[in-house]
Amino acid sequence: MKHLLSIDDLGPAGIEEILRVTDSFVEVSERAIPKVPALRGKTVVSLFYEDSTRTRLSFETAAKRLSADTMTFSVSSSSVNKGESLRDTVETIEAMGIDAVVVRHRSAGVPWRVAGWMQASVINAGDGWHEHPTQALLDCYTIRSRRGSLQGLRIGIVGDIKHSRVARSDIAAFAALGASVSVIAPPTLLPPSLDGWPVQVAPSLDAILPDLDVVYLLRLQRERMTEALIPSLREYRACYGLTASRLARLDPDALVMHPGPMNRGVEIDAEVTDDPRSVITAQVANGVAVRMAVLYLILGSGAELRLPEPVLSGTRA
Amino acid sequence: MAERERAATPPRGGVFVPRTTVMDADDLRRAATRIAHEIVEHNHGLEQVALIGLQTGGVWLAHRLHEILLNIDGTDVPLGSIDVAFYRDDIGLRPVLPEAVTDIAFELTGRQVVLVDDVLFTGRTVRAALNALNDYGRPHAVQLAVMVDRGHRQLPIRPDYVGKNLPTRFDEQVDVSADGVVIGDVRPR
Repeated sequence: MKHLLSIDDLGPAGIEEILRVTDSFVEVSERAIPKVPALRGKTVVSLFYEDSTRTRLSFETAAKRLSADTMTFSVSSSSVNKGESLRDTVETIEAMGIDAVVVRHRSAGVPWRVAGWMQASVINAGDGWHEHPTQALLDCYTIRSRRGSLQGLRIGIVGDIKHSRVARSDIAAFAALGASVSVIAPPTLLPPSLDGWPVQVAPSLDAILPDLDVVYLLRLQRERMTEALIPSLREYRACYGLTASRLARLDPDALVMHPGPMNRGVEIDAEVTDDPRSVITAQVANGVAVRMAVLYLILGSGAELRLPEPVLSGTRA
Repeated sequence: MAERERAATPPRGGVFVPRTTVMDADDLRRAATRIAHEIVEHNHGLEQVALIGLQTGGVWLAHRLHEILLNIDGTDVPLGSIDVAFYRDDIGLRPVLPEAVTDIAFELTGRQVVLVDDVLFTGRTVRAALNALNDYGRPHAVQLAVMVDRGHRQLPIRPDYVGKNLPTRFDEQVDVSADGVVIGDVRPR
């Protein structure tokens, strides 16, 4: 595997292989000394053009536990403020001799462009509204570790589907592993068309809630909303929030998930996160192990995971 | 013995073609019993002894030694397994993937750890296992039990307990299973 750009590049077999290798890194993470020498001498750069706490820290923790060196690029303290272009920044970083770049950018497709400009491996850590593949992998891992498999599970994704890269990657990954995925959202927060998406639209959260094996709550992304898409946060909570009274109607074996950061009191009530069905903390812990597996498969394992190479646009001749 | 897939041993995906059977199932059982007795003798009992099988070939052998030790001494020694993929020195030179999750559910510090593997060859896997053990604790001593020592060491490592010394060519393959020990070749598919 050279890059990890989107879930579709992996296919069901690729996802399963990453989850299998993740099991080994969960064991590593539980040790007294949670570090292995597998990627000694490799350098991983996190290139984040957008704010992030958990994804960046998770990738850096993963790289360090594999004994790789890490460098962090944050836009606020870089030459981007002097007007340096993305391409010049990428080429400067590459000239320092690095092995992988973890890219987050507000525009969809940036990781593909970056992959076309450099020899190093590129991992997509979120591009605009488009994809966030490692989030989807850690979500699959979390569900699999609680329920054994995703085959036949009914998963409801609630909230801002339109602006959510997590939703796009999760839908592709959950469907690839055999789950039946529904989306529940105000019509203004659904994409203009769901043609070709392996999902159904559920009429309301209350109607579908008792049938769900997994409730996946998305963050209401106020920073991406340029127009008034919902009447008020109070009304959103009343129709789409996972409140304590809705939690009571959820199956005893169901899981409650959220990619973070949470708007408590909007999409999720504070007491819901304390319920044993909430696996939100497990998602974060599994995130480190999944990212160790991805980094190891890209930088350490050799060409064992035989996946179709993604088509790169803008590749230099 | 039929041709069988070699998933774990490089080159991956090759087909193992058996040539000569050097130990049958009975020979192997007798050798394992002798090794178990030697472990008891060498350690003056089994008080601090623990067995750790190397993934994947050493795991069933460690289970078998555990069973024999239980029969001859009545002691249920701690039993674990270890996957050394992340500690290998050939990461990047050839495909290296973990085969199974390491399982060491007991404290190593102060113990006489007996590493168990099916075949001792270059010694590089054992070197990786010694590094891996360090991350779990500090054993009082580490010993090495192998069913077959086929020579060609590339590191200063020697076994404490050997089922059979078996001179081989470097490019041959040695296959150890509960059915016995077979020398053959791996043909790429």
